[in-house]
Amino acid sequence: MDSALLIHRLHFAFTVTFHYLFPQLTMGLAPLIVILKTIGWRTGDERYDRAARFWAKIFGINFVIGVVTGIPMEFQFGTNWSHFSRFAGGVIGQTLAMEGCFAFFLESTFLGLFLYGEKRLSKGLHWFSTLMVFLGSWMSGYFIVATDAWMQHPVGYERVADGSVQLKSFWQLVLNPWAWWQYAHNMSGAVITGAFVMAAVGAFYLLSEKHVEQGKIFVRVGVIAALFVTVFQVVPTGDAQGRMIAQNQPVTLAAMEALWETQPGAPLVILGQPDVAAQKIDNPIVIPKMLSILTWRSWGAEVKGLNAVPKQDWPDNIPLLYYTYHIMVGLGTFFIAITAVACILLWRKKLYESRWMLWILLMSFPFPYIANTAGWMTAEFGRQPWLVYGLLRTADGYSKMVSAGNAWFSFLGFLGMYAVLSVLFLFLVRREIEHGPEPLVPKDLRELVDSAHMTPAEVR
Amino acid sequence: MATIWFMIVAVMVAIYVVLDGFDLGAGAVHLFIAKDNDERRTVIRAIGPVWDGNEVWLLAAGGTLYFAFPQLYASGFSGFYLPLMMVLWLLMLRAVGIEFRTHIQERVWQGFFDTIFGVSSILLAIFFGAALGNVVRGVPLNPDGYFFEPLWTNWRVGAQNGILDWYTVMCGVVALVTLVVHGSLYLATKTEGALNFRARKVASLFWPVQVLLTIFSLIATVYAVPGILQNYTRWPIGYLVPLVVIGSLIYMYFAHSRRNEKGAFLASSLYIIAMLVGAVFALYPNVLPASTGSQYDLTIYNSATGAHGMAVGFVWWTFGMILAAVYFVFVYRMFRGKVRLEEGSDHGY
Repeated sequence: MDSALLIHRLHFAFTVTFHYLFPQLTMGLAPLIVILKTIGWRTGDERYDRAARFWAKIFGINFVIGVVTGIPMEFQFGTNWSHFSRFAGGVIGQTLAMEGCFAFFLESTFLGLFLYGEKRLSKGLHWFSTLMVFLGSWMSGYFIVATDAWMQHPVGYERVADGSVQLKSFWQLVLNPWAWWQYAHNMSGAVITGAFVMAAVGAFYLLSEKHVEQGKIFVRVGVIAALFVTVFQVVPTGDAQGRMIAQNQPVTLAAMEALWETQPGAPLVILGQPDVAAQKIDNPIVIPKMLSILTWRSWGAEVKGLNAVPKQDWPDNIPLLYYTYHIMVGLGTFFIAITAVACILLWRKKLYESRWMLWILLMSFPFPYIANTAGWMTAEFGRQPWLVYGLLRTADGYSKMVSAGNAWFSFLGFLGMYAVLSVLFLFLVRREIEHGPEPLVPKDLRELVDSAHMTPAEVR
Repeated sequence: MATIWFMIVAVMVAIYVVLDGFDLGAGAVHLFIAKDNDERRTVIRAIGPVWDGNEVWLLAAGGTLYFAFPQLYASGFSGFYLPLMMVLWLLMLRAVGIEFRTHIQERVWQGFFDTIFGVSSILLAIFFGAALGNVVRGVPLNPDGYFFEPLWTNWRVGAQNGILDWYTVMCGVVALVTLVVHGSLYLATKTEGALNFRARKVASLFWPVQVLLTIFSLIATVYAVPGILQNYTRWPIGYLVPLVVIGSLIYMYFAHSRRNEKGAFLASSLYIIAMLVGAVFALYPNVLPASTGSQYDLTIYNSATGAHGMAVGFVWWTFGMILAAVYFVFVYRMFRGKVRLEEGSDHGY
């Protein structure tokens, strides 16, 4: 592989993977905070307002890192992938520019009001700001997914004389069927992260017997939300996406499943290490005919294997693609299992005392991050060797004028910068969790504090 | 239609420079005019609720440039690879400096975040000025429409340019001084007492420097970039732009000495817009002139996207801008007037 190509790929892969650790929590927490605020507002229960305020702080820290690591993504289309930008900018520039004009302005406006305006705004207006932040972050997600969906499944374009593509149908681009399922799958994945993080913090408080009352709210809201989204993640969204891949990118599916030969009644591999050179799987555990059922809804249906296409059109890293896909699916199954058990315990009013389950919830919070990352790696490795599926190869898309040496320079710079950001982020979040949700302040004390012009932070 | 999008992108860039310019400028001067923690907090609160929205104009302008002129986006961004990467890192540091300061209320770290915020603001102002200088001066485009510039070569304006040469460094200094004045005037409108006094003093100090640099940069541009006055000769109405530049500088002086804080700030905004319009007017219809020969220039014609994309984009862009304008009026009204720390919300700002 050309070393400049490799480093440009690593550059984007690293920065986008790091970036997406943050928006997935932002987009996942946003609807949960709206739920907390709604309960607090409708029932007048002050505990939910405090819960919302606590999560707003975590959200705020997370949001800042998400924004600053997001700006390089838009830039890199031009800096590191300029041939791709020249080729496709007339189409995907639309969705990216719309993200700026619709989502970012909305988000940045209401974020300030949401984080800092609670005292200035009425309860209703503050609730509305929260809702708008939620809407902004989810709109932003749609435009990005629509951009990726176009790269996976290009629609609404036409080739022009200079070899690039131009927009032909705006609505086809924006309403790409690929984008719908990918978006639904992606957003529910984000909510899984949000719900698991919320439940984990709650479990931590219950286990350490601090902020117990708030801990119960976090665990309860977390596991109930998780129950819905973990199921939704598999049926219908995961299933539908798998079938879309089977129809439109059969070679991707074959590589994900390490299916070497086209065959009727194809098996589903649960476990085993693919050996691409020998075209076999070591110590396989398989469910016979299951892949045919899942993709074509019939025991005997033929599923295309890797041998159906020439080698140059195979994804270039089949083992990694196979593993990321299997890790995603395996973790998804695990999520359903533990949220189901947690919800049964909750229903039987035993969850808050079941320390073993609380430990599981606490230790599980990294897994949704891994699953979401693995899912995106599956999508992007699966698209290879194409940058725009069937239209432009990855090897033709990078910036030919930016040498490997210059790309290394900025890649190493980003590694260093993101190491600093990670340390800062962990430090700040740990501080907020350690400090916990604000305690219930009796009304007269609160007035005293207000009249002394002190912020609660200064009081503590 | 391409001309319309050329103007749209120019307007968005101008809005970005005027808006983010004042918070960059405030960042550049805050280490020198805000002496204690309360004053530093006042500065942060003067820009806190709006800086993020201001920066969105950069992203929105970038996105608009991307879809309207994909060729320009591809050439420009890959050619200015090194400085853009550094701009990204500076933007990150700056955001961290502003936002995380409020989360850690310990003296040691406050100084740390203040320094990060100040230094990154200063460097960003210089970088943005140098970037504009590069566009005006031209870059070594090859026949494929691409180029790559190292950070510097021999510091001369010639065919094989670096990002930095005497001309672009001068543009960086002009930008820094302009934004220092702009940011100080903004802070003057938002503060009272000693901080307000020092902000106005900085503006008074730098106003003569700004005037001298403006004159010098105009002469230098005509000298370094032959043919830059072509459009002015062709459409003499363009000479109104330098008149507006001079007028806004004069008005800035009078408004400032009469303590008309808002007037002075608006004059500074007008100055920035006029300087940018002057540059854009000189460039048109080029968007990125080639120092390797005018046959390689990127123009609005050879870098624009197809007609359908531009027409569709115009519809949603108009809609998006109306919404953005509503948000901005709302936020700026919400946080209008002088900053008073005691009216703080419970979280830093």
